[in-house]
Amino acid sequence: MLRDIFQKKRKYATLPKEKHVNTAPSVEKTQVPEGLMVKCPKCGAISYSRELTKNLKVCHQCDHHYAMNAFERVSALLDDGQFFEYDNDLRSDDPLSFPDYLNKLESDHQKTGLSEAVVTGEGTIKGFPVVIGVMDSRFRMGSMGSVVGEKIARAIERAIEKNYPVIIFSASGGARMQEGVLSLMQMAKTSAALAKLHKAGGLFISVMTNPTTGGVSASFASLGDYNFAEPGALIGFAGRRIIEQTIRQKLPDDFQTAEFLLKKGQLDKVIHRKEMRNVLGNIVSLHSVKEGI
Amino acid sequence: MAGELPFEKPLVELQSKIEELRKFTEEKQIDLSDEIVKLECKAKELAEEIYGNLTPWQRVQMARHPERPTTLDLIKDLCTDFVELHGDRLFGDDSAIVGGVARFNGIPVTVIGHQKGKDTKENIARNFGMPHPEGYRKALRLMQQADKFNRPIICFINTQGAYPGMAAEERGQSEAIARNLREMASFGVPIISIVIGEGGSGGALALGVGNRILMMENSIYSVISPEGAAALLWKDSGQAQRAAESLKITAQDLNELGIIDEIIAEPLGGAHRNYALAVQEMRKSIEKNLTELRNLNSDELVEDRYDKFKAMGKYNLLSEIS
Ligand SMILES: [Zn+2]
Repeated sequence: MLRDIFQKKRKYATLPKEKHVNTAPSVEKTQVPEGLMVKCPKCGAISYSRELTKNLKVCHQCDHHYAMNAFERVSALLDDGQFFEYDNDLRSDDPLSFPDYLNKLESDHQKTGLSEAVVTGEGTIKGFPVVIGVMDSRFRMGSMGSVVGEKIARAIERAIEKNYPVIIFSASGGARMQEGVLSLMQMAKTSAALAKLHKAGGLFISVMTNPTTGGVSASFASLGDYNFAEPGALIGFAGRRIIEQTIRQKLPDDFQTAEFLLKKGQLDKVIHRKEMRNVLGNIVSLHSVKEGI
Repeated sequence: MAGELPFEKPLVELQSKIEELRKFTEEKQIDLSDEIVKLECKAKELAEEIYGNLTPWQRVQMARHPERPTTLDLIKDLCTDFVELHGDRLFGDDSAIVGGVARFNGIPVTVIGHQKGKDTKENIARNFGMPHPEGYRKALRLMQQADKFNRPIICFINTQGAYPGMAAEERGQSEAIARNLREMASFGVPIISIVIGEGGSGGALALGVGNRILMMENSIYSVISPEGAAALLWKDSGQAQRAAESLKITAQDLNELGIIDEIIAEPLGGAHRNYALAVQEMRKSIEKNLTELRNLNSDELVEDRYDKFKAMGKYNLLSEIS
């Protein structure tokens, strides 16, 4: 009896074998062409892009975290980089017949190989199955339109069915303006899905990466049981320029950085990219059933 | 006509001409009644033409009209026994959001809304209806109270947006809005959200996760202000008119997009011209929707809200496109 009480009610099953499809999201492998050198925007240090990729795209000199694309993120995080992707057949519509929107989608698709600004699916971390969503800021600045909202909501629904934890890496400029109010409503849709997960006792870990702002920051990204961020990530509701115009004063340089928000009590922890897999694995394991007391 | 808008000018001129003729008739004892009747007829036609064909930008101006009924005006006229309640119990009392308990047609309800001012002084006191996190947290507290005591919730939406300020960010504007979205989705009581003026972005949606979403005829609801969109898209906030058209933000647009459930008719020329008529229409609409929702039990209400928002969005399957 006592043991029952102390045990967590949730049990994470292992991932069925047939699900181990070794695909990573349909993304080109690196952001920087191989063999080229990259200059750190923060300290100016020069790195070989191949070295940089090996170093999880963290500057060897100043720890600056370069943007990671969805594929790199998934590979760095999941066991053996194995990933089963969900819903990669969803495509944006042009509900408002917004000037130039379809062209912009097509051109981002060509540039990135992505079909939308988020990739969702499942895999394991340290042996624990998880549902994972990774936003990619190269596609429409990671903005949330109908497809992003729908993919995230569906991923959460699957996590509820399967009793898996959900981990979402956000990287977003906010709402997808070209989808107007439909884009706004994705904030409610994703949050409502998290309400269901919450009620079911499911675990949601939000990891905010650079940048997480606007409608994404003001919906699912802030609703984690754990709200984490990467070092130096810009996180906030309103844009810096708009705030400066409104209050007519200059903002401190570190305003809206992960470190600033940590100090203000808005985050649980800022996690270095090299520690990410360990910390997430640890949290997920703390939430899973272990041999009892 | 006080507070007239630019596009109302021809009507205003005609009406003042009619007024002149009336005075003339009285003072000079000359009968101009034929002429007056003719002009009145013309004025009526002109009014119908103007108000019947408002452009999106003209709707924006109507939605922002300083004399439009505010949340407190509507609560006063729709409800009895209103007791305003204050504070978020954490930081302070945000006057940009008001709320409390009241009766609607005798039924105890919780009413909450953004509160704009009617003049500069009041607007400064109300921060132009742009809430800080404590405003959203007050709203959440009142909604949780409603949920506990099984009272329906009526939300009035009227804000340009959540306040973009330093303190607001430091105190977690994003988290406050996000939490409201999630919690509203989970309450087991009927929620009706009504856009009464401007529905600006996440700051509006934080009161908007209702079983029913209604919009007044001359209100707008948008992911970004037309000015903001113009600045982003065309680097020119002067293009707001164009943005208002592209973004599809009027009650009529949202009705067509299937986002809202109902448009609440306004008196000719806008709600600010006749509060009583505006309130009468709103009362009818709330009555009807509340009656329907009160037939659902708490699980059904939560499910109804989930299905409603889950269905929002437009996308295609790859197989359907190619
Ligand atoms: Zn560096």
